[in-house]
Amino acid sequence: MASVQIADVRKAYGATQVIHGVDIDIDDGEFVILVGPSGCGKSTLLRMIAGLENISGGEIRIGPRVVNDVPPKERDIAMVFQNYALYPHMTVADNMAFSMKLRKAPKAEIDERVGKAAGILGLDKLLDRYPRQLSGGQRQRVAMGRAIVRDPQVFLFDEPLSNLDAKLRVQMRTEIKELHQRLKTTTVYVTHDQIEAMTMADKIVVMHDGIVEQMGAPLELYDRPANLFVAAFIGSPSMNLLKGTITAAGFETEGGVVWPIGAHPADSNGRAAVFGIRPEHIQLDANGLKAEVVVVEPMGSETQVVARCGGQTLTCVFRERITAKPGETITITPDTNVTHLFDAATGKRID
Amino acid sequence: MANSAVEMPARLTQARSERTAWQKLKVSPNWLGFWYMVPAMGILILFLAYPLGLGVWLSFTDTKIGRDGVFVGLENYEWLAEDSVFWTSVFNTLLYTTVASAAKFVIGLYLALLLNKHLPFKAMIRALVLIPFIVPTVLSAIAFWWIYDAQFSIISWSLRQLGWIDHNINFLGDVWNARWSTIFANVWRGVPFIAITLLAGLQTVSPSLYEAATLDGATPWQRFRHITYPLLTPIIAVVMTFSVLFTFTDFQLIWALTRGGPVNATHLMATLSYQRAIIAGQLGEGAAISTAMIPFLLAAIGIAWYGLQTRKWQQGGSND
Repeated sequence: MASVQIADVRKAYGATQVIHGVDIDIDDGEFVILVGPSGCGKSTLLRMIAGLENISGGEIRIGPRVVNDVPPKERDIAMVFQNYALYPHMTVADNMAFSMKLRKAPKAEIDERVGKAAGILGLDKLLDRYPRQLSGGQRQRVAMGRAIVRDPQVFLFDEPLSNLDAKLRVQMRTEIKELHQRLKTTTVYVTHDQIEAMTMADKIVVMHDGIVEQMGAPLELYDRPANLFVAAFIGSPSMNLLKGTITAAGFETEGGVVWPIGAHPADSNGRAAVFGIRPEHIQLDANGLKAEVVVVEPMGSETQVVARCGGQTLTCVFRERITAKPGETITITPDTNVTHLFDAATGKRID
Repeated sequence: MANSAVEMPARLTQARSERTAWQKLKVSPNWLGFWYMVPAMGILILFLAYPLGLGVWLSFTDTKIGRDGVFVGLENYEWLAEDSVFWTSVFNTLLYTTVASAAKFVIGLYLALLLNKHLPFKAMIRALVLIPFIVPTVLSAIAFWWIYDAQFSIISWSLRQLGWIDHNINFLGDVWNARWSTIFANVWRGVPFIAITLLAGLQTVSPSLYEAATLDGATPWQRFRHITYPLLTPIIAVVMTFSVLFTFTDFQLIWALTRGGPVNATHLMATLSYQRAIIAGQLGEGAAISTAMIPFLLAAIGIAWYGLQTRKWQQGGSND
């Protein structure tokens, strides 16, 4: 196990720069998730840690060692690929043993380690099968088994769950997290799914267009998004963002509705800003703002309502069961302890 | 399909009494496939199975051009067994096939691996590689004939200009020179087919397998040995079967270059068969030489088939 330090790392393909100086510190044993929309550079960064891509600038350290010029096989890392990259002509056991066979480990040791990894992942009965004969989830597990057998300093996961169906994805999410808690190996995990990031990570790194937008514990990002991008990206359904101005009375939207807001800097009155409120932080209140119901989506445990207020569309999630029908009016109010304000020009959080 | 399943029984019961067996056969779904096969089967029987059968039959007769033969049993084969020219041609054919196929495989695989890399002008180089395959065999044979010419050979001329030799090389006039020269011409012509087919096979190998192997600690040679080669074996088996069959039955190149000379040194079974049957008119004997090729060809196919059968990892589960 080892820590990973990424310092001012840059990547350019010819004249096109895709990663513009990224700094991330990953502690020993930490589970870090790189998350962002496609094309944000998260997979490229992971491949640079693995050594599959050259580093155009900056420095990556694994443990105490700078690995910029260290070939992949000497970096002591293992990677799980999006398409699993299982060797189709080898059995499950051979797939897992391949790396050890290459470095001519004694057969007894290979058998022991493969057996152990298979035990952890519940693959004991599948060792003689070929990848073709496995289901998606089983292949996923073999890919992880191949990584576990290596007993590396760092695990790298490149969108490992995106080829699985929704139900299996939730199940594998739990399994991967459990595996990490058991092995405590430093893990870097790439995904575009913010729910995966929220549920599994010790630390989330939100990336966008080759820069780090924000980095922190999942709830930290949820509670205090540093900018509009993170605010919109983290959380499901995503945060309502309304344009307008901060006034003494609250936040006046472009539609003329005044929303009550929590504590904000006194000098910010009159400033053009974006008001952010999460759907789950909007409550029903008899004295609240009037909103017209557009769509009601009952989910059982909660009710999701799309409503229109002052010409802007909002998503609200209520714990109560709503009887209102489309076209009817409800009255709502935000929980002023958890409202967010962002500068309209820079998108930065206003505290 | 859903429609017919519902409608068919109703229509059948209604029409059952009036239909003859032949009418039922005409529309039966089980026979439909057979009807579609009939044209192709007809062509194959007429142009492949019948000539083959006729050839085998001829080899048991003493037919000559212009005179119907009578059945003579294995007499033609007995003659051949004592004919040293026939055995030379068998030796030549085996040498030609083995050396040329091996060389074509090695060079073709090397070219395929090279073309699979990121090269500048990749598309153009790939097109260039195909040229020997596109040029009609007889044309390239004539070009080689000129290159190998005793007086005007460009190779002899170049080497003489360099001062490495002092008189022309007798490419096609010397027994072993002629053998190697024809093998070289065959390799030149056969490499593109193998290179392009193997290249197509290489492109089906997912790049992430190489990345995974790199992370697993494989050297470039180990990646070839443990990933590329095993994943390529199905294609190699098919392409080498074809290559061996084509080389074994080669006729055009030899006939245009040497006509089997000098002193039968480059006669292959195919050229000898042609010479005996058509030029000398001994149809029965020529047919026997041709028929003698069949066991070799069947053996080559058998080996390839066996090679294709023993790869378990390709069979099994259908979910991809």
